Amino acid sequence: MERHLYILQRVTAAIMAPFVMIHLAVIFYALGGGLTASEILGRTRGDPAWAAFYGLFVLALATHAPIGLRAVLREWTPWRGPSLAAVLLAFGLLLLALGLRAVAAVVLP
Amino acid sequence: MAEIVRVRVWRGGAEGQFQAFEVPRRANQTVLDLVTWVQREADPTLAYRFACRVGMCGSCAMTVNGRPRWTCRTHVERVERDGGVEIAPLRSLPVIRDLACDMTVFFEKWQGARGRFAPSQTRRDPLPAIKPEAPARQEADAGIECINCAVCYAACDVVARKPDYLGPAALNRAWTLANDGRDSEREEILTRVWRDGGAFDCHSHGSCAEHCPVGLEPTRAIAGLKRLALGGAKRLPK
Repeated sequence: MERHLYILQRVTAAIMAPFVMIHLAVIFYALGGGLTASEILGRTRGDPAWAAFYGLFVLALATHAPIGLRAVLREWTPWRGPSLAAVLLAFGLLLLALGLRAVAAVVLP
Repeated sequence: MAEIVRVRVWRGGAEGQFQAFEVPRRANQTVLDLVTWVQREADPTLAYRFACRVGMCGSCAMTVNGRPRWTCRTHVERVERDGGVEIAPLRSLPVIRDLACDMTVFFEKWQGARGRFAPSQTRRDPLPAIKPEAPARQEADAGIECINCAVCYAACDVVARKPDYLGPAALNRAWTLANDGRDSEREEILTRVWRDGGAFDCHSHGSCAEHCPVGLEPTRAIAGLKRLALGGAKRLPK
């Protein structure tokens, strides 16, 4: 269990590290280039590459964050067991839902 | 330099207070010399622990001016602050009395990481050939000089916060055994160090390596155990 969570967290971190850089670069490009919201949406909507990029980003983040939060909570509090697992699962699903909703708004035609 | 060293020594158990002593200054005086002077000349009821006095046995570790140190090899002139030395028991271990800690939990965790050699051959088998230059042997060699003083354990902030964390010394020992081609229970070691309280709890702060009196790097050993979890276990010696 601990080993699998560790591997999942490292793999998702390895995915997110370059993705964060690309995400920041995109923001600077879009804002620096003076693109309007409709111009940005015109490029992202219906584009499977952007859907895959941000979809995978959200999936990695929704996996990574609860595992990290779990480590913090288990180190700083005596909280263990099914209640902790349920709360962390709910937290991960919330991140996933919010993230995918945002991705859908940007990439769905 | 003043003729005396102002020493403050912890008295009591978990609850207690510092007691001040004035100890005559000597050339090349160690912190253990200060404690011994107090016990012999000022207050024979002072409880502390030492054995070899030459940095081999790992018995005399204490907190000196806030840092865990082996007191027999720590010169007063190197650590005193404003002509004073404050000496307390090690952090994260139950205090028995004064400067003596109960080391039980430290050694239980050592065993918790399966920190003892399990032979794979009998005395009737020929001696196995271990190449000193083999990478796994070099990893093991880098960590085997541990003297069990618990300085790393007291220095570790994760140990201080999470009582079931095995700690740097036990995990360092597990790493040396995992890299020992003669050990027969490697699976068991890895199972134990990959559990909750094992290698994944390490934050890689490096406090253990910073304080280790014999210059070992438990942080590096623990990083090795984490690497094994990512698939490197197949590279261990048969």
